[in-house]
This record gives sequence, structure tokens and C-alpha cells, in this order.
Amino acid sequence: MSEQVLQVRGLVKDYGERRVLDGVDVAVGEHEIVVLIGASGSGKSTLLRCVNLLEEIDDGQILLDGQDVSDPRVDPDLARRRMGVVFQSYNLFPHLSVLDNVTLAPRVVHGLGRAEAEERGRALLARVGLADRAGSYPDRLSGGQQQRVAIVRALAYEPRLLLLDEITSALDPELVGEVLALVRELAEQGTTILMATHEMGFARQVADRVCFLDGGVLVESGPPERVLVDPEHDRTWQFLRRVIQAGRL
Amino acid sequence: MTVSQLQRDRLAYKRSRTRRSTAVALLSTVVFAVVAWFAVTSAPGWSTVRSSFLDLDTAVSALPAILDGLWLNLRVLVVCELLILVLGLGIAALRTLRGPVWFPVRALATGYVDLFRGLPLIICLYLVGFGLPGLRLSGVPNDPVLLGGIALVLIYSAYVAEVFRAGIDSVHPSQRAAARSIGLTHAQTMRIVVVPQAVRRVLPPLLNDFVALQKDCGLISVLGAVDAVRAAQIATARFYDFTPYVVAGLLFVLLAVPCARLADAAGRRLARREGSG
Repeated sequence: MSEQVLQVRGLVKDYGERRVLDGVDVAVGEHEIVVLIGASGSGKSTLLRCVNLLEEIDDGQILLDGQDVSDPRVDPDLARRRMGVVFQSYNLFPHLSVLDNVTLAPRVVHGLGRAEAEERGRALLARVGLADRAGSYPDRLSGGQQQRVAIVRALAYEPRLLLLDEITSALDPELVGEVLALVRELAEQGTTILMATHEMGFARQVADRVCFLDGGVLVESGPPERVLVDPEHDRTWQFLRRVIQAGRL
Repeated sequence: MTVSQLQRDRLAYKRSRTRRSTAVALLSTVVFAVVAWFAVTSAPGWSTVRSSFLDLDTAVSALPAILDGLWLNLRVLVVCELLILVLGLGIAALRTLRGPVWFPVRALATGYVDLFRGLPLIICLYLVGFGLPGLRLSGVPNDPVLLGGIALVLIYSAYVAEVFRAGIDSVHPSQRAAARSIGLTHAQTMRIVVVPQAVRRVLPPLLNDFVALQKDCGLISVLGAVDAVRAAQIATARFYDFTPYVVAGLLFVLLAVPCARLADAAGRRLARREGSG
């Protein structure tokens, strides 16, 4: 089992009286892309936040490279340093330049020198086509550019696992493509990714496995050509039918 | 660039309206000023008012001593403000600490703010300025300037701590989540991500408190420090005329005006930034 980068076992999360995740099992192997789908409020984002230890869980286990990081004796700061997160609303630091956003973690957390961190930061920005925006502040960038910077920020310290939380949901339709193209490129390079998305077409193309969540329960999971085309469960069907009616598949 | 005749006519009309408005404003101001001047100077008792509040000779003779005193106020102001900013930010940061270990620190910081925000400044001045030296303990200073400064710092750092805390609370939780997600610790998150954004946001209220402190620096005179207020008091007693108070008051106002404009400008700049974001 040690080749699994992430293993989530029987994860339970309550917000007060409401159970948002009810015994969810998900595993992500090395170089795998696992896509979480489901309606808003189905628990996709909460699952990602729990994996990143931004939320305290109420039962179950989260194993990162075989280590139980949900154990309260594990320092969550150390565990988080092995994961990168990209949020729906970018969450770039507005008072720092693009380059400083990208080099912050390598410099402060991983002790890289400024010169080396900036050289690597510039190289990464060049890779996503934003070399000329290194000195700009986030509010001068379009949503798509900001989200690409956020992806670079999450990649800058070479995390074992990349968590993407509906990273195209806040973007104008014409900007979605540039961000998805970047994720596709990362997938081809072997980045291990767990992502929540509403982009079913994209999920179908890049996912190794698709997990359908409904009401905090993992209803079914499997290869995209099965889950998205010929699912076993009625609830998955109903969800897909709504998505198709909305013109998103 | 060529402009159509229609647009040229419209621009010419707008310009003529602007000229007219300016002329009307100017005329109305002059008329108003003249009427006000006659109303005030022809009022019964104007000559008494002028001699006891606005006597030029008294003003000139009192000015050097008052300026000397004001220089003391300014030095107190600068030193106190620096201490207040450091202390205020420190207290605000302590109040954001989480975890049971920090409970006593948190409670102490909260208690400090509650106490010194509620305590009238004048009582604090009396207690620190007269009470402390009255204990006759060795090592307690009895310089009224130093003691007055301590009282000002105690009171104002409580206010400023609350301003900083409001700023820290106003930074959206998603910023904290983003900072933690890339592996920063709580302290690093505060120092690099939260506090810099918070300080920018609270600059206008901080400048406001700075203006308030400027005036309250004059209160150290009650402890016997010879500042601008005290110098004016001495001159008033000597010349048997209130003009020195007016002079000192005007000087404080002159000192406050640039700060007030700076606070306005900072507020506008912030509004623009937040609006564009």
C-alpha cells in the first residue's frame, strides 16, 4: 500500500449537527489524477480542506505517504508542507508581488536563498506564460492569470500531492481553458493530483479515477469512462443528467 | 483629433457654466466675509474680546516660551507614538494567540485593554504622575515629562491595540488558509500575510488616534511639565490676558491639520484600492 500517496479512510466531518462527510474512502496513487465530482454541498471542498488539515476531522484517518497525518501528535505544519493547495478564489496575497507570492514558501518555509528561490520562481512563471508579470501585484492580473500564479505558488516547493478545489469555478468562461491547459500539462508530467471540479469534459479527459460524492457519501468511483458514461448508481445518473441539461458535458 | 461642431459647442457651453459658477462662488464668499466681519466687529464688547483674546503684543511676547513648550510636546509625541504602536501591535497579536497554553497571556492582554480603554486619561495621569513618586520607592522616576509620557502610552496603547485587532480580524480567513496551506506557521502567517494587510487597512484610524494623542500631549502640563499649555498658562498669568492660550491652541490646531489631511488621503487611497480589488 505504500505506493499510495494519499489514503483517506472512513473520513467523517461534522459542522455542528450537520454531517458533511460520512465515512469517505479515497486513495490517490503516485502520478494519479483523482477527480471529485458532485453537486455543491456534496462535501468535495470539505474533503480537500480536511486532507490539507485545514479542518479538524471527526473520525477516520488521513495517510500521506503511509503516515497518519490526522494523528494529533503529527505537526500539521510539517504535513501541509508536503501538499500544495489551489483554492477556488485564488487567495493570492494581495500585498505581495506575483514573484513574492510564488517564492514565499520556498524562502520562509523551506529555507531557500532569495536568489535561488527567485530564479526558480521566474522559471516556473515562465512555464505558465507569466514571466513578464513577476513584478506585478495580483489585482493587476486577470482571474485566469491569478489562478495560474496560485498553481505556481502551490508547486513552488515541489509538493507530493496537489489539491485543486474547483479552481475554474470563479473564472469567466473564456479564461477556464488556460487554467485547465496548465493542469493537463501538470498531469502529463506526472504530478499527483486530487481535484474537485464541475468541468466534466475535463474530468473525462485527464482523470485516472472519478469519485462521485453525494450528501457527504462516496457513491461510486472508477475510471471516468465508466462513472461518467455508464454509472452503476441512480444518484450518479441523476447528477449527470442535471449536468448534461445545464450543457456542461 | 477632429471633434464635431456639436461637441465643440457642448464643451464651450460647459466651460462658460464653469466660469459662471466660479464667479458666483467668489462673489458670495466675499459678501459673506464682509457681513460676518461687520457683525463681529460692531458687536458690543468686541474691543474687550479683542484685547483679552487677540492681543498682538501679548501674543508676540508669549510666543517664544510657548514654542519652547511645543517643542517638548512634539518630542513627547514622537517617542510616545512609537512606543504606542509597538505596544499596541504586540497586545493585538497576543490576543490572536490560540491554544490553552496562551490562556493567561490572552486574558492579561484583554484585561489590559479593558482597563486602560475605560480609565479616564486624567485619572491615569494623576495616579502615575503623582501617585507613583508618592510611594517614595527607590528607582521610581519623578520627572513629570517621563511620568506623563508613561500615562499616555498606557492609555493610548489600549486604544491602538483595538484598532490593530480590528484590522487583523478584517483580513479574510481565506488568506490565513492560503498561508497555512503553503506551510507557514501561525507566527509566520501573522507576520508575513495578516499583519501587513491589517496595518494598511487601519492606517486612517491610526492617524486619527495620532491626532488625538497630539492634543492629549498637552495634558502632561497638569503634572507640572513646562510644555506649550503650561507656558501659555504662565504667560496668561503674567500678562493678565488670555491671548497666550489662543496662541497655544492655534499652534496645536496647525499641528493637527496636516495629519487630518493625511488621514483623509490615506482613507481615500484605501477606498480606491479596495474598490479596484
